[in-house]
Amino acid sequence: MTSFVAKIRRGNKTYYKNKSKKLLFGTHGSDGLMMKFIVYALLIGIGFVYLYPLIYMGSYSLKSLDDILNPLVNWIPSTLYLDNYQQALSVLNFLPTFGQTLYVTALPALIQTVVAAVVGYGFARFDFPIKRILFGLVLATFIIPPQVTMIPQYVFFNEIGILGSVMSFILPALFGQGINSAIFILIFYQFFKMLPQSLEEAAQLDGAGQARIFLTIAIPMAGPAIIISFLFSFVWYWNETYLASIYFGNAMTTLPLELQRFVATFEQMNQGGGEGGGSSINEGIKMAGTMLTILPLLIIYLITQKWFVEGVDRSGIAGE
Amino acid sequence: MKQLSMKNRKSMTGFMFILPWVIGFLLFTAVPLSYSLYLSFQDVRITPAGIQTTFISFENYEYAFGMDALFTQKLLIFFREIVVSVPIIIVFSLIIALLLNQKVRFRMFFRTVFFLPVIIISGPVIHELMDQGVTSIPSIEEYAVFQTLLSSGEGFLAATVIYLMQNLIMILWFSGVQILIFLAALQKIDDKIYEAAKIDGASNWECFWKVTLPSLFPMIIVNLIYTIVTYSIFSLNPVIEHIQDNMFRTDTGFGYASALSWIYFLLITIILFISVLLISLRGRKKYA
Repeated sequence: MTSFVAKIRRGNKTYYKNKSKKLLFGTHGSDGLMMKFIVYALLIGIGFVYLYPLIYMGSYSLKSLDDILNPLVNWIPSTLYLDNYQQALSVLNFLPTFGQTLYVTALPALIQTVVAAVVGYGFARFDFPIKRILFGLVLATFIIPPQVTMIPQYVFFNEIGILGSVMSFILPALFGQGINSAIFILIFYQFFKMLPQSLEEAAQLDGAGQARIFLTIAIPMAGPAIIISFLFSFVWYWNETYLASIYFGNAMTTLPLELQRFVATFEQMNQGGGEGGGSSINEGIKMAGTMLTILPLLIIYLITQKWFVEGVDRSGIAGE
Repeated sequence: MKQLSMKNRKSMTGFMFILPWVIGFLLFTAVPLSYSLYLSFQDVRITPAGIQTTFISFENYEYAFGMDALFTQKLLIFFREIVVSVPIIIVFSLIIALLLNQKVRFRMFFRTVFFLPVIIISGPVIHELMDQGVTSIPSIEEYAVFQTLLSSGEGFLAATVIYLMQNLIMILWFSGVQILIFLAALQKIDDKIYEAAKIDGASNWECFWKVTLPSLFPMIIVNLIYTIVTYSIFSLNPVIEHIQDNMFRTDTGFGYASALSWIYFLLITIILFISVLLISLRGRKKYA
């Protein structure tokens, strides 16, 4: 059987001689049809399991209560039912919340990116005493759980009166201590390290200062790193609920935070409404709410996924 | 002489570039870190006049391990989760990376799929999905093996298996970044090494163990650290929930919560240290 398969392949025949040993792990030269089939089957199978929660979410969010209760309706709802989304939109107070989320996400992400670029450039292109120690500290900050520094920061922010405002996200980002700042500094470090020294020297001969070299030569070339850092920052700030709930308190809210109190808000609304009797929360509405929370991220990801995927490549952690 | 001053000036400029980070590190990391260490030895009361602290030496720590049964229990749960999940995440991401490294069509599509969870993973979203019970592999509970385990659900092992079954997809969802790191490393391995190995008569199986795995070795350590860190600071983590609960309780408060977070921090550091040590010792024996 295996030798037959080997024959219809155009490749090198001796390659396939001890085919029986060629298991999944045969990274190179595993071109047999059987092998291909197994690879695709595995990828598709695992991919399905992987996406199963999302498919479930999408399907349930479109189901009416009848469909949910009806055991015959499995994946595809019998009718396109958008009421869940309507309810979820009002429970999440979608548009204002979305605007606020965007505000407390994009702004810190942008600042974090800018600062990481500056700091990464400093580490990559200059030599100064204790540079190695400082860079080691940058990486070390990655493993400190935010919980350890959070209480003092909370006290500190309270003192200077920036709790409940976006400043409590911006200020740490401005000084390179935002969410996962260490990773972004590392990305820029790797990126600026690769720039040829001669460029800098040429600019210096033309009389450009270090600041100008950074602004007019390094930054324009760092496009990919900037986009990657901004996108990752954006996503991580968006999904940060723990710090957000503590720093923002009741003053500001984000979509994930609203999702956290989804059921409570729903019940409150339906009691207050009085005549809204009969409508009680069900999986469909909850799934629609979850869907709406991640929808902006999904859209951004679908447009920019190339950058995300390449980002990990570019970060240079995978060796060089 | 002039050369030297040029050099000095340049290193000063360099320092200016990283100055924001240095200030931030002191202001938002070093000082808070030491302040929370200080608070962990204090009884902290919040009064209208401000925060009042009294030194109580190790009482907070003693309370955490002696009286707070919930905390030790949650630490154990966390420890179990991490021991089970981290190897699964590493091995799974390695397998996926190996699969994607084949000459598959739609590789971009698959990479997009496997990276997707990184984008949407957040406490509340995962919480909703767990509520719906969609985090376990579809219809796995119908299998007899699983049912016997559920009914005899006693002991550490059974609890672990049940945890694994019910959360497998969530665990796998933590592997997006790791897959890409492995994939990038795989693509950087020189084809010539494989050709040489093939000429010497190595099978694919041998190639994997003797060429691929040793070349990936540094990335395994990177992924190990990344996985442990991201897994332990994820907001649905039982210990983190416990710390958060304690932070705003009047009877325990900031002092106790600080002690808890420091215990947690030290624990993570120890886990990181031991796992990196173990894997590098093994790696050195095998691949050096």
